[in-house]
Amino acid sequence: MGSTNSTLSKIPNAGDLMQETGFSPAHIVRLYDRYKALDKDKKGHLCPQDFGAIKELAMNPIKQVCQEVLDFPSFVRILAHFRPVDKNRPKDPNSPEHINSRSNKLKFIFQLYDQDKDGKISRQELLQVLRTMLEKQVTEEQLESIADRTIQEADLDRDDAISFDEFRKSMEKVNIEHKMSIRFLR
Amino acid sequence: MLICTWLLLVCSVGETAADLYVKGASVPPEPSRTPSRSSPEEYGNPGSAVARSAEAPAPTAEDGASPRHGGGYRIVQWEWSYVQTPYIIALWLLVASVAKILFHFSQRFTTLVPESCVLILLGLVLGGIVLFASKKQLYQLDPGLFFLFLLPTIVGDAGYFMPARLFFDNLGAILMYAVVGTLWNAFCTGFCLYGVKLAGVIDDRVEAGLMDFLLFGALISAVDPVAVIAVFEEVHVNEMLFIIVFGESLLNDAVTVVLYKVYISFVEVGPGNVHTADYFKGVVSFLVVSLGGTLVGLVFAMILAFVTRFTKRVRIMEPLLVFLLVYLAYLTAELFSLSAILSMTFCGLGCNKYVEANISQKSRTTVKYTMKTLASIAETIIFIFLGISAVDKSKWAWDTGLIVCTLIFIFVFRAIGVAGQTWILNKFRLVPLDKIDQVVMSYGGLRGAVAFALVVLLDGGQVKAKDYFVAATIVVVFFTVMFQGLTIKPLVTWLKVPRSTNRKPTVNEEIHERAFDHILAAVEDIAGLNGYHHWRDKWEHFDRNYLSKMLMRKSVYGKSELWEACQKINIRDAISVIDQGGNVLTSARLSLPSMVSRASFPEVTNVTNYLRENGSGVCLDLQAIDTNPGAKVEEETETHRVLAGNLYKPRRRYQAHYSRHFMTVRDQERQEREVFQRNMRSRLESFKSTQYKRHKKDRSQKKRKGSDAKEQDANDKPRRNVSWHDKDPVVVPLESEEEMGEHSEKEEDVGIVFVARKTSETPKERPSSVSAALEVCQSPSVAPPSPTCGEKNLPWKGGVGVLPPCVSVEATKIIPVDLQQAWNQSISSLESLSSPPVPQEPQHPRVSALSRLGGPLRPAAAGQGGSGTGPTPLTSRQFQFPGGKEEEESALSLHLQEVQPLMSSMRPPSSTTQIPGKRRNPRMYLRSLVTTPPSAREPKSRGPTQL
Repeated sequence: MGSTNSTLSKIPNAGDLMQETGFSPAHIVRLYDRYKALDKDKKGHLCPQDFGAIKELAMNPIKQVCQEVLDFPSFVRILAHFRPVDKNRPKDPNSPEHINSRSNKLKFIFQLYDQDKDGKISRQELLQVLRTMLEKQVTEEQLESIADRTIQEADLDRDDAISFDEFRKSMEKVNIEHKMSIRFLR
Repeated sequence: MLICTWLLLVCSVGETAADLYVKGASVPPEPSRTPSRSSPEEYGNPGSAVARSAEAPAPTAEDGASPRHGGGYRIVQWEWSYVQTPYIIALWLLVASVAKILFHFSQRFTTLVPESCVLILLGLVLGGIVLFASKKQLYQLDPGLFFLFLLPTIVGDAGYFMPARLFFDNLGAILMYAVVGTLWNAFCTGFCLYGVKLAGVIDDRVEAGLMDFLLFGALISAVDPVAVIAVFEEVHVNEMLFIIVFGESLLNDAVTVVLYKVYISFVEVGPGNVHTADYFKGVVSFLVVSLGGTLVGLVFAMILAFVTRFTKRVRIMEPLLVFLLVYLAYLTAELFSLSAILSMTFCGLGCNKYVEANISQKSRTTVKYTMKTLASIAETIIFIFLGISAVDKSKWAWDTGLIVCTLIFIFVFRAIGVAGQTWILNKFRLVPLDKIDQVVMSYGGLRGAVAFALVVLLDGGQVKAKDYFVAATIVVVFFTVMFQGLTIKPLVTWLKVPRSTNRKPTVNEEIHERAFDHILAAVEDIAGLNGYHHWRDKWEHFDRNYLSKMLMRKSVYGKSELWEACQKINIRDAISVIDQGGNVLTSARLSLPSMVSRASFPEVTNVTNYLRENGSGVCLDLQAIDTNPGAKVEEETETHRVLAGNLYKPRRRYQAHYSRHFMTVRDQERQEREVFQRNMRSRLESFKSTQYKRHKKDRSQKKRKGSDAKEQDANDKPRRNVSWHDKDPVVVPLESEEEMGEHSEKEEDVGIVFVARKTSETPKERPSSVSAALEVCQSPSVAPPSPTCGEKNLPWKGGVGVLPPCVSVEATKIIPVDLQQAWNQSISSLESLSSPPVPQEPQHPRVSALSRLGGPLRPAAAGQGGSGTGPTPLTSRQFQFPGGKEEEESALSLHLQEVQPLMSSMRPPSSTTQIPGKRRNPRMYLRSLVTTPPSAREPKSRGPTQL
């Protein structure tokens, strides 16, 4: 890409973003192009409608990955959650955890579940996710039983909701680093 | 030692057989003119050849065994020639099975030595004995037998049970290793051997040109699926590593076959006559063979899935269909000389999802076991025969240079190839393969029976050095299987290769991982990447909208996978709870596989508590039962009346066994339930007896107490259902007071222990979402008693009372109905056995309710009472998990301690009508509770079966 540098220079705070997210310049440029393509009315930010316009996404039960109004840095940051964890990247003890670390990945998923942002996945929230994921394949009762079962299993303090700690614990044995990564964002 | 006996037996059989035929199975069948994979006519089963050749001379041989008596009638005849073929086959299978059994006797030995090594050694010994006895090698790994019968069983098993998701996740790497890696190995080994030959390291006796060495390189380079499965399954490396090595070994078949064929044809026409176009033909041939094989497999997968859609009424055909079509996929590919292994692998991979959804649980089990059995026996036979074949010196010729060079080249090029390919792959892979993985992969490049069969198939006339190649192949196979197989385990341990965990996913993981897939697909879409997840998502849509719709039964199609997964987990939990039946009561803790975190909670001490916590999970599905009342109800009413006291209901069940075509589900359920119950019962009884001894000393005291209590209790109780005993006029024989007293005391002994504990351990707060099933049942404030499922289902029981207005929403059907019933029954029997009625003890609130449990199950007793004594409805509610909604609410507000007073208050003073029943009542429910005297046990055990 010969135009990499010139395009990169157009992106505000590209350097900081790269530093923060670990994306390469090529990635940033590519994402910037994508960002501009999504932002159809050139309003300078992305709103949920823009995401709704992606037709592949329409079929996806979990559409609400990005629900807020996003500017480019936050757009990149969200995608940065899905970078594979690279072992080589030096870990600066002073800096906060990388955005694609295990716990950040988990936190991101947790927030997807936790719609009202109260730090807990309530039964209602879980049901909501299950409902969208399973569509009309199961009855409401079945849904509820799955939800109950899930909560029972994860809920350690018996508040009938899954807190982040409980969530993390229930996912302890899952290889999040591998399962929540996309190769192309490497 | 035992095996030696078998060896001798086999040998003696072999000896007799040896005299019989001149050219039998001993001589390897002549290589076919196109030495591709065998054709059935030529090879087939070596046994058939034996039989054919044995027919003519057989009578003379028999003479020695059974002397003739002047042509008179012989009572016993020696018919060896008649049974010879199947007999020898059966004996071989037996030897293989016994070898396997013996091998697995020693735990320590098994962990140290891979089975394949032992089997090869055993084969060597066997071959030695046979050779020594008959001076001729009778048994050989015959390529026809191998490719047509032994290999398909192993590949079929591998393909069908291949974890599809894992396979496709790593498809890139697998294809790379299978195609590029195999080509690399083949060419490098071939060229380098030729180079070494030119350099004079290999003896001049080995007459082989470049083509010969390339041919040899092709057949020796392919990693062998049989050997890989045999070794890697014992090593338990992590799934990713396993699937890569194993997938490679399966998919490289196409490459090997094509290379082998191409070289053979080159050798045939002579190296000088090969034109450039022929090389291109080789490439085209590769594409045709591999893609064609895959296509054939997928077509058969579709057919198989489609056919199983319609087997609802002929369930017993299901397993056979699976085997037939998968095998046909193999044979069809072989018929067109396409890659049969690929075909079979993809057939299994493709059909698995739909077939598993379509066929019944029983068929699934059958398929699984049969496949595994066949595969393991085929594997055993292959390794034994490998050992045997190696013994016959006339088949091979030794050349140290060739053998050593082959070994070195194979190992070195494998390592280099793996390293190089991994380096390339890691540029693209999300999860890079690190150094340790590469070491295991190169070390795990085992050669096996495929190479051996191919080399035996060579035409000695055209490939002059065939005997040397055979020797080299045997050594390579032995070295890789024996040496590498033996050392790979320590190596894996030493390198700390991540092992596979045999853990089943929890519900949380199931849900979240599914969510991950969606999230990743969404993110790829947002980022504008058409990556792996994007395509997988597309595929899943296609699958759901078209494929599944076409290939799955309507009844299954709607079901969500997640739902199924949850159900499976629930069933697993339920079974594990039940399995621990005895322990559940005695041990302080109940641990469940998927409830790791919960297991540490002290109050999860018994079934009851477990149920309370997981009320939703074990709910009885009242609605489901209600919806299909079945046409048999009337008939059953009749039966019921006749057999009221004798509820070993299903006389009809035996009828079902006469039908070859139908296995009625209802009957199966019933049967399962009965078995289930007996298990529970025996367990509880043994448990009870131990308890009984322990409490012997306070027996007398309690005896009095208990009987008193019971009388009182019985008086209080009855009066609920009047309609009941009207219908059931069966007379229950009276029992002596003595007996009754004894029962009561027994129960009491046991009961006190538990009841006391339970009260103390009742958790203060219960999650509101969970229906506190047991409390629900006890809470007396609820007006309408919910009947047992039986009552609901069976009209003669229906008179009991008004059904609860609604089935709780919690009446979730996580556990299928049959299991729920079984569960319910086991629980009820469990409770009734372990917790006695001790109503006057305030800390045992449950007891009185429990004591009535037997009631509904014993309509006869109630009927006999003649007065309103039937202790039924209340009792039956006891173990009704999906309590009514109101029940649940009230239950939540109640703690056990509070329940007691309510209970007692609810008990009515004995009314006048009940006075005559006074003496009988206690006995009645006692009998229902106590299991020891047969008369008493009968109704109890049968009650649940009736449901």
